[in-house]
Amino acid sequence: MVISLDQLERLLLHVQRPGRYVGGEVNAIRKDWDAHPFRVCLAFPDVYELGMSNLGLAILYDILNNQDGVLAERTYALWPDMAAAMRQAGLPLYSLESYRPVADFDLVGFSLPCEVLYTNVLEMLDLAGLPLQSAERDERHPLVIAGGHAAFNPEPMADFFDAFVVGDGEEAIVEVVRTCQSERGERLELLLALAQVPGVYVPRFYDVSYHSDGTVAEVAPNRPQAPLPIRRRVVPVLPPPPTRQLVPNIAVAHDRGVVEIQRGCTRGCRFCHAGMITRPVRERPLEQVLQAVDQVLHHTGYEEIALLSLSSADYSHIGELVAALNERYAEHPLTISLPSLRIESFSVDLADAVSRGRPTGFTFAPEAGTEQLRERINKPIPTGQMLEVAQETFQRGFRTIKLYFMIGLPGETDDDVAAIIDLSHQVRAIGRRVQGRKAQVNVSVSTFIPKPHTPFQWHPLAALEEIAAKQRLIQQRVRGRGFKVSWNDCRLTRVEATLSRGDRRLGAVICRAWEQGARFDGWGEWFDEDVWSAAFRATELDPASYLYRQRTRGEVFPWDHFHTGVRKAYLWSEWQYSLAGRSWPDCRQACYHCGIMSEFGDLWAPGWGCPQGGSET
Amino acid sequence: MTPQRLRITYAVDGPLRYASNLDLVRAWARATRRAGLVPLYSGGFNARPRIQNGAALPVGFSARGEMVDLWLSQRVEIAAARQALAAVLPAGLAIRHVVEVDEAEPALPTRVQAAEYAVTVETGEPHHEIRQRVANLLSAASLPRERRGRPYDLRPLIEELAVAQERAGAVLLHMRLAAREGATGRPEQVLDALGLEEGFFTICRQRLLLSEG
Repeated sequence: MVISLDQLERLLLHVQRPGRYVGGEVNAIRKDWDAHPFRVCLAFPDVYELGMSNLGLAILYDILNNQDGVLAERTYALWPDMAAAMRQAGLPLYSLESYRPVADFDLVGFSLPCEVLYTNVLEMLDLAGLPLQSAERDERHPLVIAGGHAAFNPEPMADFFDAFVVGDGEEAIVEVVRTCQSERGERLELLLALAQVPGVYVPRFYDVSYHSDGTVAEVAPNRPQAPLPIRRRVVPVLPPPPTRQLVPNIAVAHDRGVVEIQRGCTRGCRFCHAGMITRPVRERPLEQVLQAVDQVLHHTGYEEIALLSLSSADYSHIGELVAALNERYAEHPLTISLPSLRIESFSVDLADAVSRGRPTGFTFAPEAGTEQLRERINKPIPTGQMLEVAQETFQRGFRTIKLYFMIGLPGETDDDVAAIIDLSHQVRAIGRRVQGRKAQVNVSVSTFIPKPHTPFQWHPLAALEEIAAKQRLIQQRVRGRGFKVSWNDCRLTRVEATLSRGDRRLGAVICRAWEQGARFDGWGEWFDEDVWSAAFRATELDPASYLYRQRTRGEVFPWDHFHTGVRKAYLWSEWQYSLAGRSWPDCRQACYHCGIMSEFGDLWAPGWGCPQGGSET
Repeated sequence: MTPQRLRITYAVDGPLRYASNLDLVRAWARATRRAGLVPLYSGGFNARPRIQNGAALPVGFSARGEMVDLWLSQRVEIAAARQALAAVLPAGLAIRHVVEVDEAEPALPTRVQAAEYAVTVETGEPHHEIRQRVANLLSAASLPRERRGRPYDLRPLIEELAVAQERAGAVLLHMRLAAREGATGRPEQVLDALGLEEGFFTICRQRLLLSEG
């Protein structure tokens, strides 16, 4: 069955932003359905305008559509108005390329960048007409899998997905597809075969037992084919980036071309999930980046390109890259965006160079207000340096400085919150001296969540009242002309933290919350904390036990059976150094034996941030 | 080097029906660059390619004769420009013809006077009844109505209105409505005046009528 645009048209005129639901983007790939015996639907559990800028999905779309006999299409979460209209019309969730029901595909692959999207996954499965529970699906249904950063603790979603891919997806997705193609028989046989693919986790082949206090006692495979631990996938060399990027017909977030210049980060910030789970640093060669930018602009017609990485200024060839781009596109009104710059003169030079005489804003992420706390989180920046760089930034003509802070960090005191306020005022004062009344300081205050696989995984989430009080204090003290303050809902943070730290018993909570109407939880207008509280009560799980306990060294975490390459002992030692207020220089200068080289050193290739041979091997 | 001003008449269908006017302008800008043509950028802090749509096409409408003025900073053969653009347009945009327009000519939107629409509407009303309503509407001296709380007269905005085709459960209406600045008729308003706004309808803007240059 194919859904026709005529059928949809009757719904589209009555929903917000109908352009989300019709596809037709430049560079969308529409292959002949019948000529491609294996069909993958890539699913993004948030609204189209956000999903369109997801790099992981774009990479897999490109790779899969380059495989013989395989076609890959896309689907995104339906906004609640469209979901209601589709249900009323009796139409299922469909793909944007050929308007096929998602249930007609062989494989449905969800990208899970963060945990607040979990209820949307259930909503999409339901709209697709698929049973929500993996156990209720069989070979008549598509295989439903997930990957992405949230998949590093997949346990809360273990009931719903047949398998997870943990780590880089570029090679693993192809192996998953080939395995599916050779195991067309019973679902169980397929899952057993998939469990053999490195980086693939099939939850049903593992039993979890719990202590009487509710903590995990053991995770044990119940099949000889199921590996333990599950090693994360690492691509030794980043394959060339996709360049025939989708160009949407409607305005979306981050409507621009993207080239990932490096993966991984050597800074070792202790709060940073991405920095721990994407090691080692893998840089793309300069020439490849330049070629890719050229191709992306040619294929898309974009005027803006984002050079993605976790820390732009750490890319070895960043200076050359920016200079070369400015030279090549001197006549082209190209906007270059460099995310995640550090607070230092060199970064101001870079931001200045990419602004090409039209400086707008510069983002500082000190994360914490005092030098002491920045030492604890391993992001040491002297306050004096920060103020000097702010001065320099305004002097170069930038009018806006964005300051990113977190509250609720381990070891935080009232002084640290006072310092956030103080620093914001100092930066505004500098801005006013240099730029006058046009100077703008945007202060963003988010709440720290102790993420799995980081040195802070042993630390509790800060209490709700404490967070609320700190937020109020900052809002009261950082106000007036030239300030804009943003923060997130601490109740949502609590749900997000539970979902990121949970075990597989949370599946019942997520399911219940969805049944009671939870979806688009990351969107303030849809988030309803009462639904979540009720879901917890109904399942008799105590959210506090997931959130507010200080963990001991021996505790088995629900995610301990996933090996990222960074050893738990290293994370523990980093946690101890944090308590002692000790920080380290960038690990390109000295190896701190995080475990990556012992685990993945055999994959070493030029472009790695780790030294060849490493001090660990 | 003198820039070149191209006037493109184009059709909109399929997914592009759900693009806004701004989206369409952006689509032309991106297509121009994909085609390897060099747009002329307006000066200023945020340089934008100079592109001007004749009249905003409401979201959901298809069209057969929209017009856009597109400035190129480097002159090209018209046929070559057309071919290059046609090769890179998104599905749902199609070029019908391209002419070169003198730089001195007034801006395209100021020349748009009226637009013709083909409106298909599903209705259970008997066809003779609809014909009667059309006749009543045309013979009225004025049609006082309200839009967003503001009173206006719909009658002078209707230049032509006729039942073009009748089939079981649906009629095809032909409309020619004023589309001047401050005096723009919308097909939905006419359907409303005809008591046909409840039925499912599709609207195609057939062409834009320009004043004599």
